[in-house]
Amino acid sequence: MSNVEIPYCPGCTHGIAHRLVGEVIDELGFFDDVIGVVSAGCSVRSWRLYRFDMVLAAHGRSPAVATGLKRALPENIIFAYQGDGDSAAIGLSELMHAALRCENITVLMINNAVYGATGGQAAPTTLLGQRTTSYVSGREPSRDGYPINMAEVIASISKNSYVARAALNNVRNIMNAKKSIKRAFETQQAGLGFSFVEMLSACPIGWQMTPLQSLEWIEKEMISQYPLGEMKIPKALAAK
Amino acid sequence: MSEAELLSGNEALAESAIRAGCRFFCGYPITPQGELFEYMARRLPEIGGTFLQSESETAGINMVYGIAAAGKRVMTASSSTGISLMQEGISFLAATQLPCLIVNVMRAGPGLGQVRPSQADYMQATKGGGHGDYHVIVLAPSSAQEMADLASEAFRLADAYRTPVIILCDGMLGQMMEPVKLPGAIPPSELPPKPWAVTGTKNRARNLVLAAPYAEDELIALNMELKKKYESIEAHEARWDSKYLDDAEVVLVAFGTSARISEDAVIKGRNKGLKLGLIRPITLWPFPKQAFHQGLKKVRVYVVVEMNNGQMVEDVSLAKQFETPVHHFGKGGGWVPSAEDIYRESVAVYRRT
Repeated sequence: MSNVEIPYCPGCTHGIAHRLVGEVIDELGFFDDVIGVVSAGCSVRSWRLYRFDMVLAAHGRSPAVATGLKRALPENIIFAYQGDGDSAAIGLSELMHAALRCENITVLMINNAVYGATGGQAAPTTLLGQRTTSYVSGREPSRDGYPINMAEVIASISKNSYVARAALNNVRNIMNAKKSIKRAFETQQAGLGFSFVEMLSACPIGWQMTPLQSLEWIEKEMISQYPLGEMKIPKALAAK
Repeated sequence: MSEAELLSGNEALAESAIRAGCRFFCGYPITPQGELFEYMARRLPEIGGTFLQSESETAGINMVYGIAAAGKRVMTASSSTGISLMQEGISFLAATQLPCLIVNVMRAGPGLGQVRPSQADYMQATKGGGHGDYHVIVLAPSSAQEMADLASEAFRLADAYRTPVIILCDGMLGQMMEPVKLPGAIPPSELPPKPWAVTGTKNRARNLVLAAPYAEDELIALNMELKKKYESIEAHEARWDSKYLDDAEVVLVAFGTSARISEDAVIKGRNKGLKLGLIRPITLWPFPKQAFHQGLKKVRVYVVVEMNNGQMVEDVSLAKQFETPVHHFGKGGGWVPSAEDIYRESVAVYRRT
């Protein structure tokens, strides 16, 4: 990691996810081989935090860009870091098809149930009843539809893959998130196929809550919609 | 150069791209670029290359973006509607200065349109196409031989200037079979080095492919850098072909398929006593303004023959600074002129001026 100013709002947990990714890269020892892809959203500026090669992709397109990188450089470790608008709305097609192709890349998805960078509008992941600047009276299913459970969707369409959901709201969940990120990268290292980790993340500004309220909201509201755990583990990895 | 062989324009382009060191093709099925796409699907795996069928043109151009970022020669091909979907990606490729080849086998539009030959994407290709201030080099072949020659040249230009290059053609050029001498293969070791590519940080400082510099002044600096590059391309890379200009009184201006037909019209006119000439832009961007600045004292009118409602005619008018009358002859929607049509129009315009 570089010693630069963290580009996130107070109480945001993107920074925790970045740190976990950095730690896993060092622990698995592929710093020289890793290339990260980030796209529009809060995480777009994360390229400043790392010291390895990075590519900035158009909104939603990072799984396609990561596919291109991996096909060109099969020996390198390629990951895309996406928000929920990036992955579950504008980039749903690119993400699902990368999973369908069993592309040997890792996608790390931050789910904070809103569009953070643009001011807290509704995302496909917004919970029922949750108020946002675009669902002013709260998400109403007859009008706005239901939240999407990305990890379950990816697990259901991907043959040989690693799929997990973690949360960044307390120490135990953060340690599990790190374990999942590690297994995702190990899946890629072993050439086993697509790997995907969804992380529930706090957005106090977007949610109009204090940082502490945000962590509690993840625990009380988000996890019941988005259950944590490993949804799919490649056989070769499970045996380890 | 090898012996001449009978090839379609699409095959000639595809095989020439492979000989230029292109080992990656990403794309989505659409007519009339199908033969090019299927040639690559068949041929690339035979030589250890990668053919990637994407889920959309949007994804395809972004796969190209990833492969180009890794420093490999890569191409995609599509037709009009698909090229519209790629515009976001092309803007990103221009911003990050990534070299690649994009082939647009144009079909008639707007909307879904239909697969007949057309030149309706001239404006889209030459004026940027996507958002932001940028240009890409646009090449316009008018024979199967030139499809091959310009494919190879496109990769050289793309790497030399770090820019996407578009080849603008149509289904007629793509499917027409002609004798072609393919260029020799470039060994991978002779491809230009790309020290800017992202390949992992072993033994070097890290590389970044950033479509959005962090600070405001960095974005202004990038725009200045791009402007300087475009000025250099305009100064050095404008290309055109011309015929019978010495005594021409009516000069036809046309590219690609319509230039090929205009050439017949020039001969027809000359046989009947009308002094016709032809300027055929080969680079559409940079537009070869220089072609209009040399002599040409006897020219009474320029007739721009285009298979569209009037697009290149604007660049010809600008090149002539509106000093000489410029007339557009064309129609959109899949219309293809005959040499007789062009000759008759030339006579009518000559009589009026």
